[in-house]
Amino acid sequence: MTIDLTQMQPGETGTVKEIQGGQGFVRKLQSMGVRPEKKITKVSSHFWRGPQTIEVDNIQIAVGFGMAKRILVEVSR
Amino acid sequence: MNNIEKILLVGNPNVGKSAIFSRLTGAKVIISNYPGTTVEFTQGKLKLGEETAMIVDVPGTYTLEPTCKAEDVACRMVKEGGVTINIVDATNLERNLHLTLQLLEDDIPVIVALNMWDDTKHRGIYIDVKKLEEQLGVPVVPTCGLSGEGIKELIERLPQAKARSLPVSSDAQKWEKIGKIVEEVQKLTHRHHTLLEILEDLSIKPLTGLPIALGIIYCAFWVVRFIGEGLIGHIFEPLFTKLWLPLLMKIGTLLGEGSFLHHILIGNLIEGKIDFGQSFGLLTTGLYVPIAMVLPYILSFYLILGLLEDFGYLPRLAVLVDNFMHHLGLHGYAIIPFILGLGCKVPGVLATRILEERREKFIAATLLAIGVPCMAQIAMIVGLVGQRGGKYVALIFLILFLLLIIKGLVLNRFLKGTSPEILVEIPPYRIPQVTAVTKKLWMRLSGFLKEALPLVLLGVLFVNILYALRIIDFFAYIFAPVLTNLWGLPKEAISALIVGFLRKDVAVGMLGPLNLTTKQLVVGSTILSLYFPCIATYIVLIRELGIKDTLKSTFIMIAVALLVGVLLNLILI
Repeated sequence: MTIDLTQMQPGETGTVKEIQGGQGFVRKLQSMGVRPEKKITKVSSHFWRGPQTIEVDNIQIAVGFGMAKRILVEVSR
Repeated sequence: MNNIEKILLVGNPNVGKSAIFSRLTGAKVIISNYPGTTVEFTQGKLKLGEETAMIVDVPGTYTLEPTCKAEDVACRMVKEGGVTINIVDATNLERNLHLTLQLLEDDIPVIVALNMWDDTKHRGIYIDVKKLEEQLGVPVVPTCGLSGEGIKELIERLPQAKARSLPVSSDAQKWEKIGKIVEEVQKLTHRHHTLLEILEDLSIKPLTGLPIALGIIYCAFWVVRFIGEGLIGHIFEPLFTKLWLPLLMKIGTLLGEGSFLHHILIGNLIEGKIDFGQSFGLLTTGLYVPIAMVLPYILSFYLILGLLEDFGYLPRLAVLVDNFMHHLGLHGYAIIPFILGLGCKVPGVLATRILEERREKFIAATLLAIGVPCMAQIAMIVGLVGQRGGKYVALIFLILFLLLIIKGLVLNRFLKGTSPEILVEIPPYRIPQVTAVTKKLWMRLSGFLKEALPLVLLGVLFVNILYALRIIDFFAYIFAPVLTNLWGLPKEAISALIVGFLRKDVAVGMLGPLNLTTKQLVVGSTILSLYFPCIATYIVLIRELGIKDTLKSTFIMIAVALLVGVLLNLILI
């Protein structure tokens, strides 16, 4: 099923399907290693719509909540 | 390629570019673990046989199609040309190669430094350097910036750097190509979680991360205080009283009490004796305040800060406080200028560059300028107000902290726009290198002595002259209504406020001889922190924000200082 990044459980791994947003945002994420067909693992999510941390290729990235909402991920549940 | 004139170091953020730079040039540059410190680029020189080449540390960038100011600077520098050393994080090949491929499409000679090579081993990454070299068509040299491994080979192979001028391809094509290259040259083997990696995970999860953050901050303050007090009690205080004081006594007798020079150099004798805190001469208070009262705390603060920076803790703290900072109109990363500001506001204001939007920068710089006391100020408040009881020191910091939050809430409410979201890489924990930490500490300490000491002496001289010319009396007369009626301070406190424009530490020190009540001392110290940052900070503020925004910020400062002074005078008993 496809959910957004904020809905993933900590520890869960999924495949990025789509990044919705402006070109700048998409490109920035891409260059940090987050792009369609990449496997990402959610590390943690912070309280009260706080930043979401994910791991892509051994690197951890913190993504704001609103941005994370626009990253769609395929997970098997 | 016989004559290399200019060398560019280009790479993503956090790949150890600065470390390679300092290896190549031997220059003293700040090496940090969080992105953003090299927006201002650094350059140096490298000797290549007979020739000397200029070497430029280009700000870290993910792409040559800029998405922010720092990247824009980087792109423009690459377009200007020169032999490019592309620094690639070997532990993160895939992502780093995207920039490499972009560089290869340009008409510039490129050589690749495969940095963090030592890290690949314990991370279970194996890279076939020969194959990578074939795939890219340019030299590839494994390096380790921290140990210096591979640097010699890198320099030797510089002339082999090649311009490929590959046909321009789309992003998608590049990623596809990278996928193939990585599959070809890289093998991942199983790695076990090291202790540091377990700690990484714990400190970024909210349930464990927040207690860890509180623990670290508490310990940091405790250690800073412990080292600071230790240095004062065991080294600086004895040095001044046992060695410097007897010498000064002799100089004093030589000059003759009451003479002009005695007044300027030694100052007033308190009960016939030199009092380092109150005499107010250039050689007495002028040296004692910056060296014996402030320097020890500066040293201990920057030691701990340097360790936390190089360990890679600060970006994690930024993520943890992100939520809270949004209420102040900032995102979590703004905590870094604030933390730097606790040491000195000048680097603090400079660090607001890591914030992208003007609104954000304005809020951060304004809050920093009047809400975050610098270490010089903190040391003096602890030294002076601490004599009346620790709770009063705590009260001042509590007031300042609450004001910081209130000001942030108000600015966020009334300034147009919203605060942008955080999107940052969290670097892995690394054990700090002793040489890097001491180098940085030394730079910061000598920076303090070079910038602060002259200003402190100038401030002391200035005030002595103003006193001698009776100008202080004139100001005291004019400002007496504000000082006495609104703030409940004696009109003599004006001299402290005047010096406060120059330096905060001396200014707080000047409240000492006024025999203030505890309440007056609290009000005075708080106002000194609020009404204006020191002149050095103000200049940087103008440079960073521009005149218009700085004036707006100044207006806020004065309004807040007036208001808070009155409120405190009314509320405190």
